[in-house]
Amino acid sequence: MTTEARDALIACIPRLRRYARALTASRNDADDLVQDTVERGWSRLALWRHGSDMRAWLFSIMHNIHVDRFRRAEPPMEEFGDETPSGAVPAHGMELRDLESCLRRLPDEQREVLLLVALEDMRYEDVAAALGIPLGTVMSRLSRGREKLRLLMEGQPQGASLKVIK
Amino acid sequence: MSDQMNPIDESDLHAYVDGLLPVARVAELEQHLAHHPEDAHRVAAWRAQNAALRATFNPVLAEPLPPQLVARPFVRHAANDRQYWRQIAAALVVAIVSGSAGWLLHAPTALDSAQRFNVPLNTDGSLALAHQAAIAHVVYSPEVTRPVEIGAEQEDQLVKWLSKRLGSNINPPKLGKLGYELIGGRLLPGQTGPVAQFMYHNVAGERLTVYVTTDQTQNKDTGFRFAQEGPVNVFYWIDGKFGYALSGGMAKGELARIATAVYEQLQKPT
Repeated sequence: MTTEARDALIACIPRLRRYARALTASRNDADDLVQDTVERGWSRLALWRHGSDMRAWLFSIMHNIHVDRFRRAEPPMEEFGDETPSGAVPAHGMELRDLESCLRRLPDEQREVLLLVALEDMRYEDVAAALGIPLGTVMSRLSRGREKLRLLMEGQPQGASLKVIK
Repeated sequence: MSDQMNPIDESDLHAYVDGLLPVARVAELEQHLAHHPEDAHRVAAWRAQNAALRATFNPVLAEPLPPQLVARPFVRHAANDRQYWRQIAAALVVAIVSGSAGWLLHAPTALDSAQRFNVPLNTDGSLALAHQAAIAHVVYSPEVTRPVEIGAEQEDQLVKWLSKRLGSNINPPKLGKLGYELIGGRLLPGQTGPVAQFMYHNVAGERLTVYVTTDQTQNKDTGFRFAQEGPVNVFYWIDGKFGYALSGGMAKGELARIATAVYEQLQKPT
């Protein structure tokens, strides 16, 4: 492997950690996800195309690992979210902590898109490429994710839009 | 109203929030917001979300990296390579059974990203040489603990051993003047017999491998040829029963310079 590729990979690790922390339910899950992503990245580094976007490549790897491993854990997380009375989400104050709990209540695929856009400043086309989904799907997930998060943060009842998986 | 002519849609609102709206449309959109307080409210809320997400999670960027994130993968790399080897071995079985050289890279188990390797169908066996050399490069060049079987410090032994196994005098080319030092070499299984691989690195840690076969009796001599196998560039040529392939991740021009030096040395063995 070249030092250029190594340096590029190491430089991406803090971003992977930030994203994983926002994406997953616990710090342990986030650490595991980053660890697996970085290891897979190292083991395939010789296959990374020079000059291509290392960050997009790594986020794509992370997405695949997340889908494989963490998405199965989604239903209990949703249940937990639904058991939380909506009155427990105050409309004002302690907004940053609220944000985390509201974020957890978004469906995984909406949270992924929102975070890649908001935290990573990715263009919509790059999000589509990293997640392997059409641009239209990116836009609809972004739109639904943002609206759902807004309503949760404003303490409005979710009604039919909050679906329990399974 | 202007938005009747060129309607502002939902995706424009998002692009505006994310700074991705073409500058030419910004004024138009802001005018739309001035007349649509509900949209303005949503846009403001989404902007606040972006800011809150960054405020919440940006501190992670500044956290020191756990050492195992940088160090542990290297330790565990050997395990990954063992896994690669099992996959390669499985692919080789398929290749031998199918009796087709091109199969090696088409076999789904060869490498996860074998599909990245753009393998043209050809009947010229020389291209198989380039493919195999590229695989051997990809498998061994990332190795940290055991990139070679015999190191350069035992070059005499390495030369004697590989020459004996390949049944011909095999000397690693000297590339020190070009900035590449010999790390060592190893013996590999080729199409019909043993193959030698020599590995070099430069001060930047970039590695290149020279792959030498002695089973090219079925193929005609070739001039210099170039192949690109995913991220690996390969220069290769066939000279009598010998096949040579030089593989590395460096630019084509740089690799060509090295290949020329290798070729010249092989023409005038000293």
